[in-house]
Formats: sequence, structure tokens, C-alpha cells
Amino acid sequence: MVLENAWVIPAIPILSFFLILFFGKRTPKGGSWIGVAAIGAAFLLSVVAVAQWVSLPKTLEVSAYSAGAAHGEDAPAAGAARGEAQENEGHAVVFESAAEGESAAGDTGEGESAEGESEEGHGGAQAIREPVRNTVTWYSNGPIDIEVGTHIDGLAVVMLFVVTLISLAVHVFSTNYMADDVRITHYFAALSLFTAGMLVMVTASTTLLLLFGWEAMGLCSFMLIGHWWEKKENSSAALKAFFTTRTGDIGLLVGISILFFAAGQTFDIATLNEAALTGGISKGVLTIGAIALFAGVVGKSAQFPLHTWLPDAMAGPTPVSALIHAATMVVAGVYLVARVYGVFWEGFSISAGGVNLGAVIGGITILIAALLAFVQTDIKRVLAYSTVSQLGYMVMALCVGAWTAGVFHLFTHAMFKALLFLGSGSVSHAVHTFDMREMGGLRKHMPTTFKTFMIGSIALAGIPPLAGFWSKDEILVGASEGGYPIMLVMGLIGAVMTAAYMTRCVWLTFYGEYRGHGHPHESPKAITVPLIALSVMAIGAGFLNAPGIGLFTDWTDNAVTLTAGVEHHAFSITTALMGTLVALAGIALAAAWYVKNMGPHGITKRNPAARAGYTLLLNRYYLDNLYTGGIVGSIKGPIARAAYWVNQNVIDGVVNAVGIVARRGGDFIYDIVDQRLVDGAVNGSASMAGAGGGFLRTLQTGRVQQYAAILFAATAIFAAVLIFVTI
Amino acid sequence: MILNQFLLLSAVLFCIGVYGVLARRNGVLVLMSVELILNAVNINLIAFGAFHDNIAGQVFALFVIAVAAAEVGVGLAIVLLIYRNRRSVDLTEVDIMKG
Repeated sequence: MVLENAWVIPAIPILSFFLILFFGKRTPKGGSWIGVAAIGAAFLLSVVAVAQWVSLPKTLEVSAYSAGAAHGEDAPAAGAARGEAQENEGHAVVFESAAEGESAAGDTGEGESAEGESEEGHGGAQAIREPVRNTVTWYSNGPIDIEVGTHIDGLAVVMLFVVTLISLAVHVFSTNYMADDVRITHYFAALSLFTAGMLVMVTASTTLLLLFGWEAMGLCSFMLIGHWWEKKENSSAALKAFFTTRTGDIGLLVGISILFFAAGQTFDIATLNEAALTGGISKGVLTIGAIALFAGVVGKSAQFPLHTWLPDAMAGPTPVSALIHAATMVVAGVYLVARVYGVFWEGFSISAGGVNLGAVIGGITILIAALLAFVQTDIKRVLAYSTVSQLGYMVMALCVGAWTAGVFHLFTHAMFKALLFLGSGSVSHAVHTFDMREMGGLRKHMPTTFKTFMIGSIALAGIPPLAGFWSKDEILVGASEGGYPIMLVMGLIGAVMTAAYMTRCVWLTFYGEYRGHGHPHESPKAITVPLIALSVMAIGAGFLNAPGIGLFTDWTDNAVTLTAGVEHHAFSITTALMGTLVALAGIALAAAWYVKNMGPHGITKRNPAARAGYTLLLNRYYLDNLYTGGIVGSIKGPIARAAYWVNQNVIDGVVNAVGIVARRGGDFIYDIVDQRLVDGAVNGSASMAGAGGGFLRTLQTGRVQQYAAILFAATAIFAAVLIFVTI
Repeated sequence: MILNQFLLLSAVLFCIGVYGVLARRNGVLVLMSVELILNAVNINLIAFGAFHDNIAGQVFALFVIAVAAAEVGVGLAIVLLIYRNRRSVDLTEVDIMKG
């Protein structure tokens, strides 16, 4: 079973990383084929994992947790099976196996009906697939066992599929796009390591392992953004991305530590979720833990106010932007929220409706990023801000209780945003720039790229029946049904703007007259084939969770959301119409402005208010200036002075003291030990040997008869001694 | 059988031989003196062998004669070479091995 041995899937790219690193340069094409082969294998295994997960029987019964039932004040009519389980478990979360035979199935039926009576509003127990776990103890420290392992459920297999698919497409794309790069070996090694990090994170059973994968990705992101580090901007962008996400990671570390102790000194995510949802952890601790974790999410998933690094991260090679900064790594934060959902559900009081921190941050991110996308001239930056905006949707969806919608949007967004980024890479491959002012009219020169880019744009804009429509619609339904009217409005405004800026982007790139230099041409097969594959996904992925099909919901249902009582909202024709209409309105507005040249053009020059707004957008709300000038500038002066003082007085003092002591010691050793003892011994033995030699020299006369005389004399003496001693 | 005469003869021969080795300057005479010493030893061996009615003394004497023949062969060759180089066989002049 692949599901039990899911550790193999991240292990393959790790192996590939080392192979490329050590042997890549000696193989043809810088070892890129090793990476492609490894990711291809991981992708196949992931497909097998999805198939095996889908074919698993539903053996786990979970019902919504209710505080009343836990105290035994409720549910007098609970069925026999449920009663037994309650005695054993001590609370109302029932995990029992229904696959034991006919009688068990009968009991389940009873339990379900009985619960339906006792707990109105939450629905009865629901059968789901049991997560496949495989853990080992890493090390034991006293009573604490630190475990590592894999926890494979619907969310994990979906992520495995997304990550390996996008990564495979990006690898294939890169074999052509990066073919002439001097550091192609390092590039592919880092891609492999990145993929491994992401796969480790999505299969992790503990927050510790999750953090490990998370940071591995951060490192690879840094290496790949700064891949062309010869240019100062690129290395600065890499540093900015690294430091900004690290700022959020402080929160993540704090959160993981808090929740480690709160959940009873265990990093296990399943235990943590259960403890959070069944009252095992106090509300206050959960709130602090959720806010701390959310800081990590804000950094990694580029939420306001730490979103500033993502557009700059476009300095990296375009396939990297597609893989890391659109489809996979930036959704790590969203994945974290979805994975430890119990903590966020209780910590943010998501079921209460109204507003909460996560939903507000998500909503603000949607709007400010979408606005910024209008003033960009770099096609990749448009897509980058679009990504930030869509990440806002995902976070908002999760934080208004639309768990499935958020994860589903993650899934569909990965497909069409990777498609769009690779499309922009194909365009830049042809025209050698990312500046949309030097593009235009490319639909004639690059038909395949144009068609696939168009599909991606329509999917992103949310026009039915493409992928983006279904997931965005689910989010909007979730916001309206979950009691978050403000978020619904934000989501709708965001949808208008999304459709509008994508229309602008497509118009500037592919329509009108060609404004650049040189002769654009269609890209080779290694580039167009991934585009076509992804555009198929961008068209079809949405149907997985279309009304009446609902496969995605079925696959990703899990104990956490069911215990929390997260509801699946039915498809609403009103919301769907509203979403489609605002998207069309956005397209129409943008078309009127750019194509028909209608509207108050030049208003930014005439009206001071409009000019101020435009300048504000051009300067990205002055957030970068605030961070570098305001925060970093005000902090770095005192820190620098303090560091200087410490340097001068403490460190230099220690260094000088060590130096003086060392010099005194050296002097002593030189004068006494070396000069007198050692040299004395050496010279003494030499002069003794010399004197001995001089004495023996006098015996060596060279006259044979003298030797003979000595011989005879000595013999006579020995003989005399012998005789006298014997007698 | 009286042993003393043989031992006295042997002692006299030995002393003459030692004197010759130490005092003579001529290399050939020194070699002859060595022969005297060896023959003094042979007389001793044979005398004690006869005294104890043991054949081993005569066997050893034969060995000594054979070795002495070889020794004098090598010695005469060396003396001959010294003479060729220096036109003299005066041993006091041969001191190039001086330390």
C-alpha cells in the first residue's frame, strides 16, 4: 500500500536532490533528467495514493462534538453502540469500526438515527475514510516521545497530487527554459529539495515534521529567488522573501511550542485537533496559539501586512514562480490552517460568525492585492498580486468555516495559476521581457500559449464552468451561509477586480498591435505540453466538486471538520449567478476601459484625489517604505549602537584579555620551557654525544697492532678475572 | 702420560706468536706469528684430546688447520695488495683508518 508507506514519496525527491548535487554536473544536461525522473515517479506514486485513498472503505464514524453530550446531560436516546463508545472514550467523539460485519453495520444505523433525534442541527454520525497513519518514535526524552511519521487523509492525498503534478509540469518546462543556464545543476537540485520539503510537510503527522518541511521550503525559496544572484535586485529580493517569511515564522514557532504543551506534550496533529475540539485545551490558550500560528500563515502565504515579499520574489526564474510562489509553497500557510483546523476553529471562534482575525486579514488581502494588480506593468507581478489576492480567498474561506471550499480553491488555484505563470514564462521566452508595454498582439504569434493563457485567465476570473468558478462560488456560499456578510461583500468585490485585472493583462499581452522588438515565436514542446496539461486541469478540476458530483468533499471529509461540525453548504443558484455576474461585470468594465477606450482616461493627471490614489498604489501603499524606513530604520539605530557598545566593551575586552593572557603565556613558555628546558636537553645531548665521539676518536688510531694489543690485554684481564673468581 | 710438557711448549709458542703479532712491523711476519698462535692452540687441543682419550681434540685441530690455511690465503693476498700500492709491507705506516 502506498498510503502506509507514503514516506517514500518525499524520499524520492530527497534522493534526487543528493544525486543531482553530487553527480549532476557529470551527467548530460546538468542532471535535469534525474529531477524529472524522480518527480515523475513521485507523481505516479501520488496518483496511486489518490486511487487507493478513494477506494478505501469508509470505516470511521464521526459525529459532531457537543459540550452538553460530553457532560452526560444530553442524548438519553443514544443507541447501544454509541453508549458503549461513550463509556470507553469518556466524550462524545465516537471512533468505531463499522467494517466488522453485518451486525456492526446494523448498530451503526441505529446509532445514526438515534443521534439524529438527540442532536438536531449538527446532523448524525457520518462515515468517513480512516486516515492512514505510520509513525515511528524519533527519540524519547524522559516521558516524552518525539514521534515522526505520515498522516495520510483526503487533504494529504490532494496536496500530494497537486504538488507532484505542478512540480512535474515545472520540471519539464524548466528542462527547456533553463537549458542554457550556468547553474542548471543547482537549480534542479533546489527544485528537488523544494518538492521534497513540500511533500514532507503535507504528509507530516506532527507539527515538528511539518515545521521541518516548511523551513526546508523557505530555504529553497531563498535559493531559487536568488538564482541569478549576480544582479543585486535578485539577491535583495531573495533576502527580503527570506526575512519576511521568517518574521512570521517566529509566530509559528511560538504557536507550535504553546500547543505542544497545551496538547499534553505531544506534537501529534490529530491529538492536538481532538484536544482543541473536545475541550481538552482552554479557550484562551487556543486563541493565543491560533494567533501565533496565524502569524506564520501571514508570512508564508503572503497575507496582509506581510505580503510584500511575494511580488519581489518574481525575480526568480519563471518556472520557480509558478511552482513556489503561486501553486505550492505559498499555499503552505493555507494548508497549515486546514491541517490544524481544530485550533483555528476554536481559537478564532469561527462558528460564531460575524468577524474574526483570519477572515478580516483574508478579506483585506483580497482587496488590496487585487487593487495593486491594476497598476503593474510586469506580467509576472500582475500574477503575483493575483496570487496574493487568491490566497486571501483561501484564508478567508477557511476562517469563515468553509473548510472544503478553502481547500478546493487551493486545489483549483494551483492548476490555473501554475498555468498562467508558465504561460507568462512562455511569453517571455518569446519576447525576452516581462513588461506588458512591450508585448501586444501575441495571439497570432503564439496560438498555443494564447489559448492556454486564456483558459487560465477565465478560470481565474471565475466564469463557469471552469475551475475557478466552482471553488470561488463555494467560498462565497460559505461566507454568506456561515454568517459572514462582510466577507461575502469583500469576496464579491474581489471577484469583480479579479476579472477586470485579468482582462487588462490578457488585453495588453495578446491583443492590439505588437509593441516590442524582435520576432516572437511559439515556444517548443517542452514548454507547451505542460501548458496544455495544466489547461486541461484548469478546465476540468472544478467539476470534481460540482453540485451532484461532490467527489472532492467526499474525499477530503475528515474527523476534524466533522467533529467541529463544519457544515457543507449546498450549491446556491443565487450566489452562483451573483458571482458570475460580477465577474462578467469586471470583464465588461475592463474591456470598456482598455478596448473601447471609454471612461475617464487621464483622470489621474487631472484629479488630485485620483492622482493621490494612483501614487499610493504605485508605491504599494508605502508598506515597503514603512518596513524599511519606519520599522527597520528606527530599530536598527539603537540596535547598531548597542551592538557597537557591546562590541567595543564586552567582546573586545574579552578578546583583548584572551590576547594578553595568551601573549604572557607564550612569553613564559618561550623563555623558560622552550629556551631552557627543551633547547637545553637538545643541546646537552648533542654536546655529550660530541664529547663521547671525541674521546672514542682517540682510540681509533688505524694501527692494527695497537688494536691487537688492546685485544690481547683485554683477553688477559678477563682471563685473570675468570681464574681468580673461579678459584 | 704427562701433560705439562705439551702445555709448556704450547704456552711458549703462544707467547712467541703474540710477541710477533704485536712487535713485528713486517706484515708477512705478523701472519706467520698468527700461525704460531694457532699451532699453539692445536697442540693444546691434541694434548688434551690424548689425555682424556677423546678424538674430538684431533678433529678440532684439523678444523683449525683448515681455517688457518684459508686465513693465511686471505691475509697474504691483503699484504700483497698493500705492497703493490705502497711498495712496503710496514704495518705501522698503514693507518688510513685513523678516526
